[in-house]
Amino acid sequence: MEEQTDVLQEQLTGVAEALGWWGVPLAILAGAIRASTPFLFVALGECLTERSGRINLGLEGGLVMGALAGFAFSHITGNPWAGVLMAALVGSLMGLIHGVLCSLPRVNDIAVGIAIMLFGVGLAFYLGKPFIQESAPRLPAVPLGFWSSSGAVQSALSVNALFVIGVILAPLMVLFFRSTRWGLVVRMVGDNEEAARAAGYSPMRVRILATMVGSAMAGIGGAFLSLYYPGGWSEGLSSGQGLMAVALVIFARWHPVYCMLAALLFGAAGAIGPALQSVGVSWGYYLFNAAPYVLTLVIMIIACSRFRTLRGAPGELSVAR
Amino acid sequence: MQAGTLFLHARRAGSAAVPPVLALLAACVLFSLFLLVQGISPSAVFGNIYDGAFGSWFSWQNSMQRAAPIMLTALCVAITAKLGLIVIGAEGALVLGGLGAALAGLALQGWLPPLGAQVGLLLAGAVVGGLWIALAGALRHYRGVNETISTLLLTYIAIAVLNHLVEGPLRDPASLNNPSTFPLDWNVMIGEIPGTTIHWGFGFAVVACIVCWVLVNRTTFGFAARMIGGNPQAAKLSGIPVGRVLLLACGLGGAAAGLAGAVEVAAVHGAANSSLAVGYGFTGILVAFIARQNALAIIAVAILLGGLEASSGVVQRRMDLPDATLVVFQGIAFLCVLASEAIQGRLRMPQLLRPREAV
Repeated sequence: MEEQTDVLQEQLTGVAEALGWWGVPLAILAGAIRASTPFLFVALGECLTERSGRINLGLEGGLVMGALAGFAFSHITGNPWAGVLMAALVGSLMGLIHGVLCSLPRVNDIAVGIAIMLFGVGLAFYLGKPFIQESAPRLPAVPLGFWSSSGAVQSALSVNALFVIGVILAPLMVLFFRSTRWGLVVRMVGDNEEAARAAGYSPMRVRILATMVGSAMAGIGGAFLSLYYPGGWSEGLSSGQGLMAVALVIFARWHPVYCMLAALLFGAAGAIGPALQSVGVSWGYYLFNAAPYVLTLVIMIIACSRFRTLRGAPGELSVAR
Repeated sequence: MQAGTLFLHARRAGSAAVPPVLALLAACVLFSLFLLVQGISPSAVFGNIYDGAFGSWFSWQNSMQRAAPIMLTALCVAITAKLGLIVIGAEGALVLGGLGAALAGLALQGWLPPLGAQVGLLLAGAVVGGLWIALAGALRHYRGVNETISTLLLTYIAIAVLNHLVEGPLRDPASLNNPSTFPLDWNVMIGEIPGTTIHWGFGFAVVACIVCWVLVNRTTFGFAARMIGGNPQAAKLSGIPVGRVLLLACGLGGAAAGLAGAVEVAAVHGAANSSLAVGYGFTGILVAFIARQNALAIIAVAILLGGLEASSGVVQRRMDLPDATLVVFQGIAFLCVLASEAIQGRLRMPQLLRPREAV
């Protein structure tokens, strides 16, 4: 966590120095775009899994394994996109373990998620030892700051290609749920298992697939961490973005476009501390780091009620009951 | 009659223990395969784990020392699990309990005799931890906020509060590399059990496990808790004060985890700092699940897992393996234990061991 914010701060200090206090909102925006990409992918992935009626608390495992696989493959093949592909593959394997275990009778999906997280993070740290000092080709960036003559603004607004892909993916996912056959099947399995079974679909198979795809997205989110920002492979690479996915999706009421907005908001909340520190306000640095967590909790307290389930919640989801 | 019920109890305990034991064996096999693929000898790794965990009296003491906080955080998971809750925030209660204990110790030392200050700081840790998890329980009961997610968020918030306070307002300027609160006096520190190097925290933890077992299995409170876990609607209809039982159970679980933090501060670190958050809370979740939420089984499983963590350094040094080696093993074990829930109650005891019906 600290490592990541240090890099962020380094990049943001430039902005703040160039623009003074006016740099703070820009720094927060830049931080939001940068820090939100992994949030975006895990949130969309978790959204898909939860719409199928299962909760995957183990996305952190898929994310960290994806970060390692992406970095290792980019390092070996020299092509960062090969790394992203590998990250998705490894992520989907973690999802496969989760999906299969949860399909056994009386196995609790929340507990399996915690186990997958422990296993994935442990395995990634174990296998990743040889890669700590290495370097790998990074993912390219799209310069959205081209209109400005200030180098600081340009560097703050250079956006990674994965962020763009994620932003396009969110509305596509809405379309997928609304008007494709498979989207409807996923929703039916998530809302009423019996109905899906009566219609001739296997809820188990749909859920395992939804978990695999969701976890693959977490893997891509991890690849962003190791191949773009903060970049490199280290044990402190992830600051729990995978864990936050569950909260994000509840926050976003299981809607992909809201997931995207929530991811941006979380990225921004996490950037407040470093942005303020870059103009010399260091008080409350750790408290501002916890801002996304406090925000989620407050929103859940406001949005939840003991008398009804959350609006938009899939009917079969254990946490929403 | 007496012998018969005893036999029944033993049989029930035995058949409940079979799936997790099988799961741990399966985990050993899978972990061996994982090592063999890389050309590492599993027997050497397991030999070193044994040496590091239980090979000598010294390593036994080390393992038991580490088992103390794990036991207490596992209790936090187990008590609340009786009501059907999955609380994963013991780490947060531990961290804040440690902070509360350090502050109480600093405030009390000097004007209370050492024993009074010790009791005070342990109580402070338990109360702070209890309130922290009870907060999640209250959110669950009054607002319907899912307790798994709220305790997870509360853990992150707790760690941020600790870091904020020990790096800012409460920092001892003399603590340079590892920002901490001011240290406790030596005579307020909790000593060792005579004849050993194990601190009293281990004793507290074992007592807490036994008390918890009695509470869950032999009191009306425990009965109410188990009934809520079985069927909340039925429990409410039969007049059980669901909210009060839920808050009490969360408070007790949190108090156990807070006590773990207090013990870590008063017996190990001497001050509150970020080394409180080393993952005991998360190991506790694993322990509670292996022990199948049984407080007495937690004692044994926590010593086993404490031993595993104690042996990590030995394995790392002697075999030149990464420190995450044993985390991989823990992860595999956790997955196997959860998968074994599927065979719970489906195994048939051999005919000889089954008592005849209707005696």
